[in-house]
Amino acid sequence: MADTDYKKITTNGLWYNNTALVQLLGLCPLLAVSSTFINALGLGIATTLVMIGSNVTVSLVRDQIKQELRIPIFVLIIASFVTVVELAMNAYLHELYKILGIFIPLIVTNCVIIARAEAFAAKNNVKASFLDGLTMGLGFTFVLLLLGGMREIIGQGTLFSQAHLMFGEGFRELQLVLIQDYGGFLLAILPPGAFIGLGFLIAAKNVIEARRSKKLAAINASELAMGTDTIK
Amino acid sequence: MSLYAPSSPHIHNDNSITKIMLKVLYALIPGILVYIYIFGFGVAINILLAIITALSCEAIMLKIRQRPIMPFITDGSAVITAVLLALSIPSIAPWWIIFLGTAFSIIIAKHLYGGLGYNPFNPAMVGYAMLLISFPQQMTTWQLSTPATFIGLPDSFKFIFGDHTPAQLATDAISGATPLDYLKNQLGLSHHVSDIMNSSNVFGLLGGNGFEWISIAFLIGGLWLVKQKIIHWHIPATMIGSLAAVATLFYVIDPDQYASPLFHIFSGATILGAFFIATDPVSAATTAKGKIIYGACIGLLIYIIRTWGGYPDAIAFAVLLMNMSAPTIDYYTKPKTYGH
Repeated sequence: MADTDYKKITTNGLWYNNTALVQLLGLCPLLAVSSTFINALGLGIATTLVMIGSNVTVSLVRDQIKQELRIPIFVLIIASFVTVVELAMNAYLHELYKILGIFIPLIVTNCVIIARAEAFAAKNNVKASFLDGLTMGLGFTFVLLLLGGMREIIGQGTLFSQAHLMFGEGFRELQLVLIQDYGGFLLAILPPGAFIGLGFLIAAKNVIEARRSKKLAAINASELAMGTDTIK
Repeated sequence: MSLYAPSSPHIHNDNSITKIMLKVLYALIPGILVYIYIFGFGVAINILLAIITALSCEAIMLKIRQRPIMPFITDGSAVITAVLLALSIPSIAPWWIIFLGTAFSIIIAKHLYGGLGYNPFNPAMVGYAMLLISFPQQMTTWQLSTPATFIGLPDSFKFIFGDHTPAQLATDAISGATPLDYLKNQLGLSHHVSDIMNSSNVFGLLGGNGFEWISIAFLIGGLWLVKQKIIHWHIPATMIGSLAAVATLFYVIDPDQYASPLFHIFSGATILGAFFIATDPVSAATTAKGKIIYGACIGLLIYIIRTWGGYPDAIAFAVLLMNMSAPTIDYYTKPKTYGH
């Protein structure tokens, strides 16, 4: 790969190859933790950090690793970063750490991370791998936040509840009560709500894509009809 | 001269979807009338609300999916879903319960899966399960079936649409646990079945006081449907049969701990479920042998969930679980092609 297409890496990570909406990888933590916006944000940031760290490291050592041994070494690298993130969260965001619980150490089993290490970082330079880790992580976080926000609003009628777990005591007031005297809609908070919510998000993405390709096709067709040769 | 050679089946009866659905509706009428006679007009208002919601949602979804609206909306399938759901929820539940449940049934359980004929799950039961999981408080506040609790039309309106229940009809005074719920709680406190049955007036001769008559009315409607050949005997018979068999087994072993088979058949929604819910032609098993397995498994599941599960009644969960297995059952019970 002589010249790396950074723009393509970015759009791939954020949209066209979005881990949650297109690759459908790492769904277990995505579905389990997205019950509120803040939980989703916590897991999203942790996953992104691990993904950047592991992508960069794998990319750095990619020429030294024997092909046969790459998977255990990737797992070791990812596990080290997960441990770092886990200990850091335990130290600085202890309450949030307790809520996310097992899903922080489970980041190590998140197939997105090893998929990116194997499919991208092992074949590309450090800069590209960093960008890939960052955008893939942000794409994942973006879906987590959408799903978390959706489930929180429908499930308990609030947004940004328990923000102090993430940003400190000063932000306790950030919680928005969108619907007063809301009895709660348990289904949205329980796991089925996560599956249904993700289904709607994927459907929405497909609709947007279909609209866009239709528009492109229409433009191409009209240009062809006008006889202008725009295809080089 | 060209010969027209249609493909099989060559012989069919003149039943259309609309005709079948209308007959199912007729069969539900005795049960609904008895329900109104015993409990008041709440259920009628709920049925009306459910039908309006179902038809509007059906029309909106057909429009979005770019399907012809009139032929589908008049086929009656949405109306059946609405009526079954309205019969499953407490008759004094607030209006938004039936609205949300019906909308969920039609939009998510029916149209998102491809509309009539494509839904793997019984839409009414999906709506019911959603409501039961999401709003446990509203969904377990049933009217008590003592004669004093008949609720007239104006008061029914106040219950369903009002913020506050009428003063002389405080919710606590007229509502309470269903017989199945009550029995479960009391058994949990290690009382004996016979003592429990004598201690409360929620129990009747066969099942729950009041509920048993509704069940009998549904049974009559259901038998008429079997006679009309709208539904086959396989599912209702095996479902009730297996429930009765398991219940008898445990009743014989320890009558203090386990309720009688008659109680199981005539309380809750067993009869309604056996004839009207489990027999849904779209989501049930289709082969004769498959129907027998399907019905028997539902009966067994109902007993297991009622006796050892977390919920007092189990029709919805048992039916949904077996809906999931129906394709597999059909696969393994395919009848042999003649000559092979």
